[in-house]
Amino acid sequence: MNELLKIRDLHAVADGKEILKGINLEVNAGEVHAIMGPNGAGKSTLSAVLTGRENFTVTRGEVWFKGKNLLELPAEDRAREGIFLSFQYPVEIPGVSTVNFLKTAINEHRKYRGEPPYPAGEFLKMIREKMEWVGIDSKLLNRSLNEGFSGGEKKKNEIFQMAVLEPLLAILDETDSGLDIDALRVVANGVNRLKGAENATIVITHYQRLLAYIVPDVVHVLYDGRIVKTAGKELAIELEKQGYDWIKRQLAEGN
Amino acid sequence: MRREKINTDFTTLFHEGRELLRSRSHERIDRHREEAFRRFLQLGGVPDNSEEYKHADLLPVFDRDYRVTLHPPRQEVDPNTLFTCNVSELDTHVLLTVNGWFGNKEEVLELPGGIVICGLAVAATRYPSLLEAHYNRHVAAGERDGLVALNTAFAQDGIFVHVPAGAVMEKPLQVVNLMRGNANLMAFQRNLVIVGKGARATILVCDHTLSDHSFLSNSATEMAVGDNASLEYYHVQNQHIEASQINSLFVTQGRDARFDANIITLYGGFIRNNLFVSLTGEGGECNLHGIYLSDKKQRVDNFTAIDHIAPRCRSHEHFKGVLDDAAVATFTGRVTVRPNAQKTEAYQANHNLLLTDTARVNTRPQLVIDADDVKCSHGATVGQLNEEAMFYLRSRGIGEAEARLMMMFGFAHEIVGRVRLVPLREQLDDLIEKRLRGELTKCYNCVLHCKKF
Repeated sequence: MNELLKIRDLHAVADGKEILKGINLEVNAGEVHAIMGPNGAGKSTLSAVLTGRENFTVTRGEVWFKGKNLLELPAEDRAREGIFLSFQYPVEIPGVSTVNFLKTAINEHRKYRGEPPYPAGEFLKMIREKMEWVGIDSKLLNRSLNEGFSGGEKKKNEIFQMAVLEPLLAILDETDSGLDIDALRVVANGVNRLKGAENATIVITHYQRLLAYIVPDVVHVLYDGRIVKTAGKELAIELEKQGYDWIKRQLAEGN
Repeated sequence: MRREKINTDFTTLFHEGRELLRSRSHERIDRHREEAFRRFLQLGGVPDNSEEYKHADLLPVFDRDYRVTLHPPRQEVDPNTLFTCNVSELDTHVLLTVNGWFGNKEEVLELPGGIVICGLAVAATRYPSLLEAHYNRHVAAGERDGLVALNTAFAQDGIFVHVPAGAVMEKPLQVVNLMRGNANLMAFQRNLVIVGKGARATILVCDHTLSDHSFLSNSATEMAVGDNASLEYYHVQNQHIEASQINSLFVTQGRDARFDANIITLYGGFIRNNLFVSLTGEGGECNLHGIYLSDKKQRVDNFTAIDHIAPRCRSHEHFKGVLDDAAVATFTGRVTVRPNAQKTEAYQANHNLLLTDTARVNTRPQLVIDADDVKCSHGATVGQLNEEAMFYLRSRGIGEAEARLMMMFGFAHEIVGRVRLVPLREQLDDLIEKRLRGELTKCYNCVLHCKKF
């Protein structure tokens, strides 16, 4: 088993409030994990802590990625090691064109690995090819990053960036929110196309609907800062039917 | 005390130089001097903390020993050998001024359509009716500005441009203003640009310093943009930190006339830009853009005053700045909408990035609206880089320093991206990137190697 990510008893605090209260999770290469849970359970906090956002403090626990202590790395090095977050709310950056941004990003990755910059001619060819995967209009390339993009365009742009950077671990944070069914399908196809034996995906979602397209191997339920239930893909369907109250009741009974 | 001494020095200079000025310049220019100098004194001389020059702190700028040359420099060298613009592929008609004087004194550039470009002193003789109609006729908006009066009192030469009705200037005119000397120097350049009905022109002005002395340039430019005419104006300011400049630009726009300005301030010790625009005919449009990148103890002060006199005119202003070290920037956006100027649209924004705790910004929107059916807005921000955006870039593997740079570059590019001369835009992007990377702390083509930067 090729273990990519290993989270042990992870606790994290923001503004003096403990949000993650002991997360344990292992993700192997080739797997798709779904993390589901009601609002406020800590789903986005988990993705923020994994990618190195600085407004959260880890108070206990450890995170290992490819055998490296992830929590010691700054955000950019985590990305260069192969972690990618598809943002729930992609940020608009005026004046920075999508194409320059991608070129800089990919070359920073290559520099980290000791490789020369991407050959300029091949770069554009590769970019065009990846754009087709997610059905992005090439006009967006020269526009400012995410500026004035529709909700769907922003999410597609996230998956496009993912396709360009080819991460080992992709974390999709509520990627389905704000997408209509056609855009959802396009985005899911893009993600599925990137799946391989070497990489893994964590799909963070409130609803089951994205999971109909990106089929998970494992489904976790995150509730009140802990993973309270782990099962196969059928768990997502069960949750959709019964709602999160069903989990809450089970937990209450368990206590 | 300091101010009195400065004003006394100017009075002495004016009295002693009066005869010389009279003998050297045409009566059409000369006849305005006495009145202008009287006004300068009436206004109290060099502005000190007046409403318009609040935060400008002019006295230290004027309180240095400058030489003022009231007669043209001897042309010991061909000015064209002094400077070569290194923006390759920029296809322009290049003309030089040296210390405020038109480079090749007698040269008259004639272009298709009857377009004429020459020195102002020569134009005063050659084009009497144009001078009568326009010289000193567009400066009313600056009547309370002592520095404009001072320019009129001492001005002798500069650039004259006439684009007759219907003519189109195919290639942009590039005016390179050079300052050079073997002592500290003060200059009074005066320009006049007349764009006739339905005519079109593009003017690029570049300021450079060719020696490491202290310079003070107090220039004034009058621009008349006729009905249905269009004038595109770019000003790239790249001098050294001992150079000070005050540029007063007066624009009078006719019906459906369009004026676009983009002021790019790359370097200079003290820079004050006055932009007075009068929208006198219905349907006029004016777009003022500016970017300033300042560090060390540089000071950049953009003062804009747009006067909506006629109905249905649009004005749009956007000035942005990146301030490092102990740099100080000021932006004033005065918009006046006269009672008759219904259906006015006036938008204004000033955005600043502060990179240190010691950099400062004064931003002052001043809207005076006397019509009821108008759309006006203004907005100003002074802040640091957006942390969310920083994290977004870093989460893609872009290091913190590079991410910071990209965002600053992007911030500036919002203004530079509006430059329609593509080679210039590319060069500016490149210069700004170098500047932000700290690879360029002085004029990019400066060969002085002086240690003043």
